[in-house]
Amino acid sequence: MRKPVEQIEEATILFAGDSGDGSQTIGTQMTETTALIGNDVATLPDYPAEIRAPAGSLAGVSGFQLHFSSEQIHTPGDLCDVLVAMNPAALKVHLNKLKPNGILIVNVDNFARRNLRLAGYESNPLEDDTLTKYQVFQVELTQLTRKSLETTDLTTGEIDRCKNFFALGMILWFYNRPMEYTMKWIKVKFAKRPEYIESNILALRAGNTYCEATEQFAVSYDVKPATFEPGTYRNIEGNMATVLGLVAASHQSGLPLVYGSYPITPASDILHGLAQYRNFGVVTMQMEDEIAAVGVAIGAAFSGALGVTGSSGPGLALKSEAINLAMIAELPIVVCNIQRAGPSTGMPTKTEQSDLLQMFYGRNGESPIPIIAPSRPYDCFETIYEACHIAIKYRTPVIFLSDLYIGMGAEPWKIPQLSELPEIRANFAVSADTNNGFEPYLRDPETLARPWAKPGTPGLEHRIGGLEKSDVTGHVSYDTENHEKMVEIRAEKVARIADDIPPTEVFGAQEGEILLLGWGGTYGAIRTAVENCTAEGLPIGHVHLRHLNPFPNDLGDILNRFKKILIPELNSGQLRQLIRSTYLINAIGFNKVQGQPFHVFELHSKIDEILKDIGHP
Amino acid sequence: MKRKRTSRIPAGAPTVTRADFKSDQDTRWCPGCGDYSILAQTQHIMPELGIPKENIVFISGIGCSSRFPYYMNTYGFHTIHGRAPTIASGVKMANPDLSVWVITGDGDALSIGGNHFIHLMRRNFNINMLLFNNRIYGLTKGQYSPTSEQGKKTDSTPLGSVDTPFNPISLALASGATFVARSVDIDSGHLRPMLKAAFAHKGTSFIEIYQNCHIFNDDTFELYREKENKADHTVLLEHGEPLVFGAERDKGIRLNGFQPEVVDTTNGEYSIDDLIVHDQYAEDTTLANFLAGMSDTPDMPHPMGIFRSVRHPCYEDLMTSQIRTAKESMGDGDLEALLNAGETWTVS
Repeated sequence: MRKPVEQIEEATILFAGDSGDGSQTIGTQMTETTALIGNDVATLPDYPAEIRAPAGSLAGVSGFQLHFSSEQIHTPGDLCDVLVAMNPAALKVHLNKLKPNGILIVNVDNFARRNLRLAGYESNPLEDDTLTKYQVFQVELTQLTRKSLETTDLTTGEIDRCKNFFALGMILWFYNRPMEYTMKWIKVKFAKRPEYIESNILALRAGNTYCEATEQFAVSYDVKPATFEPGTYRNIEGNMATVLGLVAASHQSGLPLVYGSYPITPASDILHGLAQYRNFGVVTMQMEDEIAAVGVAIGAAFSGALGVTGSSGPGLALKSEAINLAMIAELPIVVCNIQRAGPSTGMPTKTEQSDLLQMFYGRNGESPIPIIAPSRPYDCFETIYEACHIAIKYRTPVIFLSDLYIGMGAEPWKIPQLSELPEIRANFAVSADTNNGFEPYLRDPETLARPWAKPGTPGLEHRIGGLEKSDVTGHVSYDTENHEKMVEIRAEKVARIADDIPPTEVFGAQEGEILLLGWGGTYGAIRTAVENCTAEGLPIGHVHLRHLNPFPNDLGDILNRFKKILIPELNSGQLRQLIRSTYLINAIGFNKVQGQPFHVFELHSKIDEILKDIGHP
Repeated sequence: MKRKRTSRIPAGAPTVTRADFKSDQDTRWCPGCGDYSILAQTQHIMPELGIPKENIVFISGIGCSSRFPYYMNTYGFHTIHGRAPTIASGVKMANPDLSVWVITGDGDALSIGGNHFIHLMRRNFNINMLLFNNRIYGLTKGQYSPTSEQGKKTDSTPLGSVDTPFNPISLALASGATFVARSVDIDSGHLRPMLKAAFAHKGTSFIEIYQNCHIFNDDTFELYREKENKADHTVLLEHGEPLVFGAERDKGIRLNGFQPEVVDTTNGEYSIDDLIVHDQYAEDTTLANFLAGMSDTPDMPHPMGIFRSVRHPCYEDLMTSQIRTAKESMGDGDLEALLNAGETWTVS
């Protein structure tokens, strides 16, 4: 008889094991299946920088957290309902993320003395009182997988690599999810190794059947589909949405895309993604360094293509001189910064928002550059598309400021119709319109953009460069007043972009006690916290900025409608500095620099503290 | 992405002259600078290339030589120090139709831009690079450069420099350059054909040009540049010809084991038959490397001309061919299908 199924609203699962254990793979598969059956889902991969740290060590633990729900959700969840720990190190690293009375599934076969010692356990936590407040399920995952695959011709090593699918089979049973999507994926993934198709599917089924058969598990759970707006959906990671947004901007503008890059975590997936789309005319150039990568983007832009480069903080530091060249030459390029924890090499596989001031100010001279930031994985599509649009319309480099949390996180995305994408027009100069011949710095009176005349156009031969140029003619100029004028024009050009920004959406209270002002990947945690406050009737609002330079025209008025402005950031208060100096208000910071996203409860305690301070009942 | 070859001037089009390639900007190099001659020779050969002026792009980095694009009435981009090869690569990749020329110097190409230099050479874009080598930093007022001789006394090295110089020809060869040549700024009879050969070569063409900095390093190349010296101190490389040199054409270069040496061809011990016969089309770089090393060896004449000229596939052609093949096998990119790819579900 089928065991009873209990309806729940949402669940958070964390898969953790050695970095070679395949936690990311089964996490992704669970995400795909969960999205396909209609739940809202958000994920957080958390893995070490080392490709294979020593087996069993704390440094080598790789985790994948996913949160799914029958309601709309915005974060991968604060604490987990289920932790799957493939070894003692995974248990040690992640146990503090498991809710009291949460379900802990451990691969008991890996809890031998050596592994316990590597994880720093003096005694076996399965035998002492470490785990008394959890529901612990000790499963002989390795032995069970070996047993279920004993009829295959695989070596023990190969069989042991299938145990992640045994674990996935268990979790799919646990949450009443079908196995078919994973089976389909296995068949494609191992198309060239049929023996692996058979073994991984066997392991998956075995894990599933095991749960049905064993008396350990009495009930399973079901999470009903969430309500989504009508449309066609797919599950998407932020970096992949960035890739698609770039291809879309190239396609819609008719400009060939040239992407220059140098491998760096966590931006490399954009290079990998774009490299698949040669049939869209996409050129990807893996260059000798970060400077060369931005150099080809600038060269491509000079030639009349959509030049794009992508990296992460340290790479942006190297690119800064060249970005400044694009700024003064007024060429359209898009620069993607998928932020990670700095400074210097920092923590390459952890998230942070600490490059904002670097993007604002990290160049010599007066160097205004538009900066826009996506707020969640699927938002990368629209935001990078807009970055391309601004770059081309205003002939300026634009910084697309994403982060690891968004770039590697995944969620369902309502696929847009092509007709919804704004038109992007290159408007190349085709002839010299003045009696003086072609004047490369004669500007559009509205946008202040200068003409984009690409080589190959007869009669428009001209020279540009990093030396200051004379207004209108573009000749090299050391004239002092001209220089000041050009500095002002370049600043004014960027400032005018604000006129294109739609009115800012204020979520929750439109005025009142506290406005939470955020940007980038903190959207989910802030929105969830403000939703909770709003449900309690608290006068609290949320504005999440996509446009960081320039700020929206209406932002100052909105800030003035609230008693307190709270700016939560995964840095030491960088947006806060900008807001304070721009609007002369005493914004309060809430800052975390741990390489990890905010927990919703952390925001709640800060909000409570402020409410108490201002004497809100 | 366009794939047609560099377009030619159509028959019947108005003739362009050297004057058409002069920009309206005053040339501002020091009096006596070798750059004037290189600019004049370049402007001289441009009308003979048979391509429209608008398809020509000059790209430079930073340094005295890098002012060059401002004086050419073509498309031009004066970029940042050392990075011209990267920007040129992007220009060429985005429009393979263009004739792209990189103008650089010994500091720009070999110090701050050393990494880009070697990678430009190996990628083999159809780009021409002219390196004006004056063995000094001119624009920053006379510090030693990566081609300055060891022991060079300058403001930054009052007791003499301690680092060993680069040999630009050896470096280009080691980086896989498919066209490597050397010429001299004021020798119009040699420089012009070298420029035209660089243009004609499909692939990255590199020319090291011995150039005199009259202010900070005057006469550094005196032996190889001045009429009265150069016959005895340079040897012209001509494909298929033995390496003969000297005012009296009485000396030649022979290989003694692995060492090139100067021999007298008139004293009966050696004849022309003993000399190295130049083969610029050799795929193997051994000979070219021997010849390149001569300028590092005291008392050897410096070879002038084309060290190597071989045909390899160009980066931009390989990339456009990948695009063509992908379009043939997968069809032109369909954006709607791309956005809807993978597992999707519909909510109604």
